[in-house]
Amino acid sequence: MGLISSVLENHEIPTVSITLLKEVTEKVRPPRSLFVPYPLGYPLGEPHNPELQNRIIMRALSMLATEVDEYLVEDFEA
Amino acid sequence: MKNYKYRSLEWKSGVSLRKPLSKSRIAIVSTAALHTPDQEPFDGSVSGGDTSFRVIREDTQLETLRETHPSESFDHGGLEADPNLAMPTERFRELKAQGKIGDSAPRHLSFMGIILNPEKLINETAAQAAEILAEDKVDGVLLVPV
Repeated sequence: MGLISSVLENHEIPTVSITLLKEVTEKVRPPRSLFVPYPLGYPLGEPHNPELQNRIIMRALSMLATEVDEYLVEDFEA
Repeated sequence: MKNYKYRSLEWKSGVSLRKPLSKSRIAIVSTAALHTPDQEPFDGSVSGGDTSFRVIREDTQLETLRETHPSESFDHGGLEADPNLAMPTERFRELKAQGKIGDSAPRHLSFMGIILNPEKLINETAAQAAEILAEDKVDGVLLVPV
C-alpha cells in the first residue's frame, strides 16, 4: 500500500491511506495516514454502518490538503 | 509479518490537493484483492506477490464483487458482509450527493496486498495505475488496506 502511495505522489497525485497497523506505518512512512482503531479486515470500522464509514472517509480525505515533507499520521477518534 | 522486510519510502514532497474537496474527484485504491466475477482472480501463489490490479468501475454492483485475498491474518467476514469496508463506492455516491466531495472517479482500482518483490509493482503496475488515474483527471486518492 505504501509503495502505491509513493508512486502516485511521484505522479503528483496526493494520497491518504487508512492504516490499521500504526507500527508498520511508522516504519514505511507513506505521506499521509489515518490510523483507525479497528481489527484487520475492518478498515472503515463496521459493515453496514454508513455513518461511521463516511466519517472515517471524510476525516482521511481532509488530510489530502496538507503538503507533507516527512510523513503524517493522525488518529481517528471514534 | 515478523519476517517481512519493511522499507521506508521516498516520494516527492509538496504534493497536495489543489482545490476544495467539494470540487475534487477522488478515486479509491484498495488492497483487498476485490474483483468482479468476469475478472481473473488474484493469484496468491505468484512468487513475490501478485502485483496486478483490477479496475472496479464506479457503477459496479458491490454485492457482485469477489475477494481473493490469500491472507489468513485478517477476518474476511466483514468484507463479505459489506464490500464498502474496502471499496466504499456507495459511500462516495452519498458524499457526492451531499456535496462533500466533487466526484467519485469513474474507475477505482483493486490490488492485492502482500508484495515481497516491490520492483515490479513500482515500475510497472503502480505506474500503470497512476496513468489511469491521471487519464481520469483524479485529484486525490483514498488508499484502503485490509
